[in-house]
Amino acid sequence: MSALTVKGLCKAFGGLQVTRDVNLDVASGERRLIIGPNGAGKTTLFNLITGELTPDAGSIALFTRDITHVPSRRRPHLGMARTYQIITLFPHDTIIHNVSLALLGLSPMRWNPLIDMRRLAHLTEHGRAALDRVGLSHLADRPLAQTSYGERRRVEIAMALAQSPKVLLLDEPFAGLSIDERRDVHQLLLGIPRDVTMVMIEHNMDVALEFAERITLLHFGEVIVEGTRAEVVADPRTREVYLGH
Amino acid sequence: MSGVRLIGFAVTFVALVTLPYWMPGDYYLNVSSQILYYAIFALGLNILAGYAGLVSLGHAGLFGIAAYTTGYMLQQGFGHPAAIIGALIMGMASMALYAVLSLRATGIGFIMITLALGEIIWGLAYRWTSITGGDNGINLHGRPHPFGTAIDTPASFYYTTLTVFLLSVAIMMVFVRSPLGAALMGTRDQPRRMNALGYHVWAIRFWACMFSGLLTAVSGILFVYYTQFISPQAVDLTSSAEVLLMVISGGAGTLLGPIVGAALVIVVKSVVSGFIERWNMLLGAIFVFIVILMPEGLVPGSARLWRLVSRKSRLRRDLKAEAKR
Repeated sequence: MSALTVKGLCKAFGGLQVTRDVNLDVASGERRLIIGPNGAGKTTLFNLITGELTPDAGSIALFTRDITHVPSRRRPHLGMARTYQIITLFPHDTIIHNVSLALLGLSPMRWNPLIDMRRLAHLTEHGRAALDRVGLSHLADRPLAQTSYGERRRVEIAMALAQSPKVLLLDEPFAGLSIDERRDVHQLLLGIPRDVTMVMIEHNMDVALEFAERITLLHFGEVIVEGTRAEVVADPRTREVYLGH
Repeated sequence: MSGVRLIGFAVTFVALVTLPYWMPGDYYLNVSSQILYYAIFALGLNILAGYAGLVSLGHAGLFGIAAYTTGYMLQQGFGHPAAIIGALIMGMASMALYAVLSLRATGIGFIMITLALGEIIWGLAYRWTSITGGDNGINLHGRPHPFGTAIDTPASFYYTTLTVFLLSVAIMMVFVRSPLGAALMGTRDQPRRMNALGYHVWAIRFWACMFSGLLTAVSGILFVYYTQFISPQAVDLTSSAEVLLMVISGGAGTLLGPIVGAALVIVVKSVVSGFIERWNMLLGAIFVFIVILMPEGLVPGSARLWRLVSRKSRLRRDLKAEAKR
């Protein structure tokens, strides 16, 4: 069964075509890697899938349900979560508050103006459990501003995992991490159960290739190569895009 | 709540409740009433400027709509309860319209749209003479008698304003700690992320506008009952800027900041102006001082300085103790 199906997706910014007839079929539980040089349209593709950008043409389906016209804010409620290439968190709050906000986003309680948020014990409990999964439960009450870059990356992932997504989109989760931090995040991603389908954009090939089962190579907004790790690595077009020969 | 803070709240509460007994003369009691209803106004604006990150330069228009509605309805022979309810409804309805139009933008765009809407209301107040009385404004005769109690004296009006003020502060305290309050602050800091987490950013901002509109309308009603008069001067750009300065100078996004800001502006405007002719210049100098030394506002700035001083004195004490050893 397909977890995520993208058909004939196109997007242009003025005269610049950034996504050209992209087709993607990600099976349930699959680990898919999206690669491509800078400006290939990888993040734009994520923004189209999550609804932050509206496609000019094409369709997006989540578990056979057409979500092309579903507002981006509704997509997390349907089981889609994402992380950002540039860390997008709430720097004035504690780590647990960040994760609680992620949990609250899917709860009808988010509209409540009368109850004290600290009294929502289940939010804190689930938040701590999500932080435990990324190895940050001991730092739960620390203000985000006092954490390292690697810890913030893990908070991003914890926030996405806290929403119990069916499809998780990871935009360069290893960007800017030290070797040790990269290893930690890699272990963390390997530990995510199979009921979560993962699509990841990554430049760091050593880690990414180990993660991926199938790879899609984008270039100038177009899918150039798609296949298994071996197929994509062996394809001369991959070398041409990356090495220029 | 920490012990020191609790004692602080208790002392302030007692001081406010007993104020008519120790404040010298009616004049200062009236100034206190002014501070309280302007503090409600500033708290209302603070929901947008402080907690939502949406700076409005047209809030005096909403304040004026509530005041004009009260005045007009009383002039037309309606009773006080009807006039107050009518003013609240008109204030909220106008805020809804404000929100629908201005929430199409954020940042400078939001400021400019609210500024334009405020100017439209000022224009209507000035030119729609059959309703507003134009430059002559609307005069009120008498104040309501809530629960059979006359609020005609400075002390009774002060207690009425104080009750509404304390209720507003309590509601604000609950709101800020609520999930909706947390969501609102989230939309201020990371609207894109909040959207990706499943929040309806526009709707959250809309409800924040409505809450802000409610407090603004309440303060407008108190204002018109206090002054017994409303004219276009109350809804002009200067009034909007003044209340925004109350919020910013006291500390936007804090509960206490707008109250302190309101007290500062009203004291300088009403009390200091009696001694210094160029009080505007003094107010300007105070704002410059705040912006340079405490850009986050008086309340958070003072808290920061207090922490700094206590940390230094602790360090000095520790060093002395070590030197003795």
